Amino acid sequence: MEALLSFIIGVLTACGVYLMLRGRSFPMVLGLTLLSYAVNVFLFAMGRLTIGQPPIIREGISQYTDPLPQALVLTAIVISFGMTAFAIVLALKARAELGNDHVDGRDA
Amino acid sequence: MTAHLVIAPILLPLLSGILLLLLRRMTVRWQRGLSLLALLAQVVIAVRLLQRVLDGPLQVYALGNWQAPFGIVLVADPLAAWMVVITTLLALFALLYACQGADRAGRHFHVLFQLQLFGLQGAFLTGDLFNLFVFFEILLLASYGLLLHGSGPQRTRAGLHFVVINLAGSTLFLFAVGTLYGVFGTLNMADLAVRISQVTPEQIGLVRLAGLLLFGVFALKAALVPLHLWLPAAYSAATAPVAALFVIMTKVGAYGILRLDTLLYGQGAAADLLDAWLLPLALTTLVLGTLGVMASTALRRQIAWLVVISVGSLLTAFALGGVDGIAAGLYYLPHTCFAGGAFFLLADSIARRRVDAGDQFVPNVVLADRRLLGGLFFILALLVAGLPPLSGFVGKFLILRAALDSPAIAWVLAIVLGGGLLTIVALARSGSVLFYRSVVSDKPADKTQQIAWRLGAELLPVGGLLLLCLALVIGAGPVDSMTRTIAEQLLQPDIYIRAVLGGSGS
Repeated sequence: MEALLSFIIGVLTACGVYLMLRGRSFPMVLGLTLLSYAVNVFLFAMGRLTIGQPPIIREGISQYTDPLPQALVLTAIVISFGMTAFAIVLALKARAELGNDHVDGRDA
Repeated sequence: MTAHLVIAPILLPLLSGILLLLLRRMTVRWQRGLSLLALLAQVVIAVRLLQRVLDGPLQVYALGNWQAPFGIVLVADPLAAWMVVITTLLALFALLYACQGADRAGRHFHVLFQLQLFGLQGAFLTGDLFNLFVFFEILLLASYGLLLHGSGPQRTRAGLHFVVINLAGSTLFLFAVGTLYGVFGTLNMADLAVRISQVTPEQIGLVRLAGLLLFGVFALKAALVPLHLWLPAAYSAATAPVAALFVIMTKVGAYGILRLDTLLYGQGAAADLLDAWLLPLALTTLVLGTLGVMASTALRRQIAWLVVISVGSLLTAFALGGVDGIAAGLYYLPHTCFAGGAFFLLADSIARRRVDAGDQFVPNVVLADRRLLGGLFFILALLVAGLPPLSGFVGKFLILRAALDSPAIAWVLAIVLGGGLLTIVALARSGSVLFYRSVVSDKPADKTQQIAWRLGAELLPVGGLLLLCLALVIGAGPVDSMTRTIAEQLLQPDIYIRAVLGGSGS
C-alpha cells in the first residue's frame, strides 16, 4: 500500500508541476489543484497508514490512527479550496482585462 | 487583561476587521476612524508586549489551556514582539496615508488591511509550524485583495503572478511541514527543536530535506535570489499604502529564516543546515537588487528593487550569525521597513503631481511643490543608501562590524559598500530627472494647484516614518543594546524551549 500511495503522490506532483509550468491560466489552475491533492494525500500519509483503527485514544485500545494529520488535512483542504477558487476568479478577470489567457497577458 | 496580552495583537485586528465588514455601509469617515483607532490600540498593545518580554520571561499563551506540545500555543519572545511593534508602526502610517483617499479606489480596503495585520501578527506570535502556515495563508489572502485594490490590467497581471507563485510556495510549505511531522510526530516548534537536536543518523537526510524545503518557502516570501522575480512587478503595481505595508511582508520571510536557523536548526547534527546557502544567496540578492535599481525606468519599480536590496542586506546580517550579526540585522530591519514604506508613499505623491508622466523617468513639467518633495526625496535617498548620519548608515555600520571576524569579510565589504555607492548614483540620477529636467508644457497647471492644499496632510505619514528613522539614530545606543538582548536570547534556544515545554524539555 505504501508503494502505491507514494507512486500516486509522485505522479500527482509531477503532473501538477508540469501543468503549472504551462504558462496558460487554465492549465495552471488545474496544476495547482493537482498539487494540492498531492500534498493533502502526502500529509495524510505522514500519520502512517493504518486500516480499521479508531482515530482516538481510549482505554483498552492499543492500536489507533493518528488523528492529527486528519485535522491538518482538513484545514489544508479548506485553505486550498479557497485559494483555488480565488485563483480561478482572478484568472477569469485576467482573461477579461488582458484579452487572452496567457499568464503574461500576451500570446507567446 | 495582562495575561491575554499575547493574544491581543491577533484578536484585535481580527475583531476590528469583522466589525468593519459588518459596518461596511457606514460612511467612509467612520470606517477610517474605526480602523485608525484599532491600529492605535494595536501599537499600544505591541509596545507593552515588547516591554513585558524584555523585562520578564517569555510569554506563552496556551489556547484553551491545553499545554504544549499537545495544544496550540502562542509564544511572545522578544523577537516576535519586536516584529509586531515594527509591523504596527509601519501599518499605522500606511493607513494614515490610505485615509487621504487611496482607500476609496476599491471596496473593503479597511477590512482587508486589518485582516492582513491579523495574519502578520499571528505569523510572528505563533509557536506552531502548522499555524505558521495558516497565518501565512491568511496574510497572503488579504494581500491578494490589497494588491488588486484599485484594479486595472497591470495590477491584475502582477496579481496573477503573485497569487500563483505564493500558492506554489504554500504547497511546498505543506510538504515540508508534512515531512517534519512524519519524522517527529509533532509540529510545536519548541518540541521540534528538541527532537531535531537529538536526531538519529538515519533520520538526518529527511530532516535536512524538510529544513531546506522550509528555507525555500521562506526565501520565496523574502524574495531571496533566485526567487525574487515576482517582487518588483507586484510591489510597483500596488497602490502606495499597500506597497508600503507589503514592505513588512518580505520581512516575514526573513523572520522565518531567522527562526529556522536559530530555533529549529539551532543545535545538533543538522545545525549547519543553512551555512552554505544563506550568505552567498544574500550577497547575490544584493548584487542583483543593485543592478535592478540602476536599470529601473520608473520610480516605484526602483523602490521595489530597493526592497530586494534590503532583503539582501538583512539576510547578510543574519547569515553572518552570532550576536553581532543578528543584532545588526534586527537594527537594520525597522530602518529598512520605515524607509522603504516612506519612499513608496512619497513616490505616490510625486507621481500624482507629474502631468501624464506618472513615476516614469522622463522630463516633465516643473513640479508644483518641488522644494518639499525634492527635499524629502533627498533625505530618503540618503537614508536608504546608508549614508551618514541617518539610520541606514548605523545599520550598515553594524552589519559591516559584524562581518569583521567572518572569513567572507572581503566579499561583504565590497558588495555592501559598492552596492550603497551604486544605489546613491542611481537615486541621484532619478532625482535629477524628476526634479531638475523639465520641459515647458502648454497644459494648464490647475490640476497640480488643485491638489496642492492636501500636500501637508499627504506628507504627514512620510514625515512620521522619517521621525521613526530619526528616533532609531538618536536612540541607536538603547536600540542596539535591546537588539543584542534579543539576539543573545535567540542564540540560546533552551530559553524558548523551556518556556514553552515547561521545563520538561531539555
